[in-house]
Amino acid sequence: MKKDKQLEIAKWSMQKALDQGADQVAVTVLNQRNIEIEFRDKKLEKLKESTQNSLSLKIYLSNKYSSHSTNDFRKETLDKLISEAVAGTKFLTPDEYRSLPDAKYYPQGKPDNFNLHDSAYEKIDAESRVDLARAIEASAMAQSDQIISSTSGYNDSEYSGVRLHSNGLEGDVQGTVFSTGAEVTVSDPNGGRPEDYYYARSRFFNALPDPEKLGKWAAQRALKKIGQDKIASGQYDMLVENRTCSRLIGMLISPMSGRALQQKSSFLEGKLGEKIASEKFTLIDDPLFPKGLGSRWYDGDGIAAKKRIMIDKGILGNYYIDDYYGRKLGMEPTTGSTSNLIVQPGRSSLDDLTKQITKGILITGFIGGNSNSTTGDFSFGIMGFLIENGTITKPVNEMNISGNAKTFWTQLAGVGNDPYPYSAWRTPSLLFEKVEFSGI
Amino acid sequence: MKNQSRVTRREFMRNCAAGTAGAAVLPYVVKAANGSGTIPTGANMKLEDYLNHFQVTEEHIQQVMAEALSRGGDYCDVYFEHNISNYIGLEDKAVNRAYSNVDYGVGIRVLKGDQTGYSFTEEISLKAMKQAARTAANIANASAQIPTAELTPRPVPNYYPIKTAWEDVSIDKKIPFLQTINEKVFALDPRIIKSNIWFINNTSKVLIATSEGKLVYDYRPMGQIAVSCLAEQNGAREQNGFNLSGRRGIDFFTPETVDRLAGEAVRRTVALFDAVKPQAGEMEVVLAAGSSGILLHEAIGHGMEADFNRKKVSIFSDKINKPVAEKFVSIVDNGTNAHIRGSLNIDDEANPTEETYLVENGILKSYLHDRISAQHYKVKPTGNGRRQSFRYAPLPRMCNTYMLPGPHSKEEIIKSVKKGLYAEDFTNGEVYIGAGDFTFYVKSGYLIENGEITKPVKDVNIIGNGPEVLQKIVMVADDLKMAEGGWTCGKNGQGVPVSQGLPTVKVSAITVGGLNA
Repeated sequence: MKKDKQLEIAKWSMQKALDQGADQVAVTVLNQRNIEIEFRDKKLEKLKESTQNSLSLKIYLSNKYSSHSTNDFRKETLDKLISEAVAGTKFLTPDEYRSLPDAKYYPQGKPDNFNLHDSAYEKIDAESRVDLARAIEASAMAQSDQIISSTSGYNDSEYSGVRLHSNGLEGDVQGTVFSTGAEVTVSDPNGGRPEDYYYARSRFFNALPDPEKLGKWAAQRALKKIGQDKIASGQYDMLVENRTCSRLIGMLISPMSGRALQQKSSFLEGKLGEKIASEKFTLIDDPLFPKGLGSRWYDGDGIAAKKRIMIDKGILGNYYIDDYYGRKLGMEPTTGSTSNLIVQPGRSSLDDLTKQITKGILITGFIGGNSNSTTGDFSFGIMGFLIENGTITKPVNEMNISGNAKTFWTQLAGVGNDPYPYSAWRTPSLLFEKVEFSGI
Repeated sequence: MKNQSRVTRREFMRNCAAGTAGAAVLPYVVKAANGSGTIPTGANMKLEDYLNHFQVTEEHIQQVMAEALSRGGDYCDVYFEHNISNYIGLEDKAVNRAYSNVDYGVGIRVLKGDQTGYSFTEEISLKAMKQAARTAANIANASAQIPTAELTPRPVPNYYPIKTAWEDVSIDKKIPFLQTINEKVFALDPRIIKSNIWFINNTSKVLIATSEGKLVYDYRPMGQIAVSCLAEQNGAREQNGFNLSGRRGIDFFTPETVDRLAGEAVRRTVALFDAVKPQAGEMEVVLAAGSSGILLHEAIGHGMEADFNRKKVSIFSDKINKPVAEKFVSIVDNGTNAHIRGSLNIDDEANPTEETYLVENGILKSYLHDRISAQHYKVKPTGNGRRQSFRYAPLPRMCNTYMLPGPHSKEEIIKSVKKGLYAEDFTNGEVYIGAGDFTFYVKSGYLIENGEITKPVKDVNIIGNGPEVLQKIVMVADDLKMAEGGWTCGKNGQGVPVSQGLPTVKVSAITVGGLNA
């Protein structure tokens, strides 16, 4: 769908809602094209292609609020949906904090050089997608005769959309995302079929790693797990591989939200300006990061994007405050959700950090577990490698870590120089001292 | 945008009441766009009504299927779906938010052996469907064409009859439930300072046709009320909740269920003030009857999904007909339980659902099949081919997974434990099906000391190995209970509603996350 067609349907829907009695309306229209390939056992396992649409509508009426989404763009059903949506909204209780954001928060036009769309997308044909997946699978299978199965994959998507707010915002988005890699299962003579994966995502096709490398990395990760087992419970230093750190960072993001603060379910309430983590930890939210998977020039409320230091050398600098909970809390909105999260990298490589450890565990994956944003308690399953006197000695699995986020982040003792490039959360490897592990 | 990255083979499950509010389920609102006036709703709809609803004819479907098989595919199916979800939410004592979502479209799948071609369209016109069919057809490249069989409507049982279709329940009928629950929550305990309550209902109409001539339709209702509350005592805060979900209509939400929702949410929250962390390490674990069936879902259920075995990536791949547990252990997956959240009248590839024994008297019996794997293994499908929506190709998935009652009693099980954990309330779990590592997160439970339940416990993860833990199930009580909450299972980026059940069970040793090892 072209932009003028998207704008036409957005304007039509907005006018319908206003005609029915809404005071304010926000509309987004989005179109997306996806292609997905799976390749296994030297042949195509799955080929999927689709185009999809969505329209979403936020309705404000006498301080009452509702939101709706549909993919059915037939005018008569859309008309009916909007009428019933406005009618249904009237039954809700008024909420004095509900309205569109003040127009002063909206962006003054799109920033220069803001581009998330790869023009190479048009030139990638069906055959080259399959060839890429085939090359990854072949490379993975060639790594060892202990490999039982390897499935490689390739996805790409292209999207575009518009956003209109009845009090003045007119925004648009367009972009591409490419994702490719493999998952590999190997046989373990001690029983079990360890598995691992390597998938890379990027907005630009050329930024993806070479297919031979991807296949090799995925296979090597799985092969290194052969012989994995749990070891004795106890306190170990914990080194967490770059791509795996997002689970830990997530423990901080939820209690930083305006909703958690207002609903009193945040252990970070009242901590602004206070030390909540080691001084080695600086966390930046940068929606304008070039080519970032999380880049945007306005957020889910239409508020202009701005780079913010969320945690500065361990000091909590900002919360994630959206417009609604900002009003409820009497605070200025920042943004309601993460964009590109950047942990300020350190100087040490993963190898350097490993060498610093006398008795520790390198974590290469979390499994299950949860964290409690109200109290800070957490417990996660882990897999990885035992480190003894600076050297990796054996693979471990089937163990848990437990602790409380209030003290856990002060145990951060080292930050790697290796931010993971294939995610919106660009986390380097992180080293924590004295973490509680449960095993045997 | 939807996250397009593949999330590998880690299969997970979560309970929607527990902290993932909103993220797990598509929110919503009001009366359906198509659900009023003279259009028949709910169980009253006949085949003709479904064809009219999707504005198609059998002739059109035949034309689309012919197009889908035009490049030599050996099977195709066409899956029409119209899904309407509504959500209303209470926060700070007022029902002040409502969300709705409408999803409408048709998915076309072509199979060539184990290979899948898939496409869908959100515009249900003959032209758009033929276009999607041509795209899906590309998985095959052969000259021989298989003709499609004549479409024959098949009778479908009804495991979830409801009195009133959700389309006929307007928002003002639902609001009082949330207000009543909220008043009860605050009246029950002065330590409660916040409560969030949400009411979700969902209706899916599906019409499925296959090139083998099956033509079926199904009306799938779902209702859920969830309560989350937060309490404060001497400056400390705790949060927990409770929710009830099933393939139910509004008649399910009686004064008794309202009382239970409020009472359980408050009880489970305030109990946490006294909770401790167990000592880290292996210990005896007793799983309370009910939602503890999450153990089965993670420890064995996913590993028995036949796609993983066809690809030889499951730890159970070479164990069929071998003993895997004590003789008193029998585990089934069942899609036919009345009103239970994971039940289906017909699976998403038009096969009847059934009760399938994964383990019978300790012996590993059958995988859970979809069409691809049933053909691969040359067995009858088990009715486990499920999909999140018309946007996805089906996969072998669980419905309701549970263990049959055993010879012991709950009392003798607890008495037999010297030092262990009694796990009662869960939020989520995950499994690596090759290594067999699985976890589930215990939101609350109790310590067992010298045969007695003592201090409450909170926020611990349990981790084990599927086949090993099955062998360590040393006692099974006679008190089977099904989970009642809104469980959603995730696999390959697709979420489907499921349920699970367990009698009280003792596992002789499993690793519990804790402190001070």
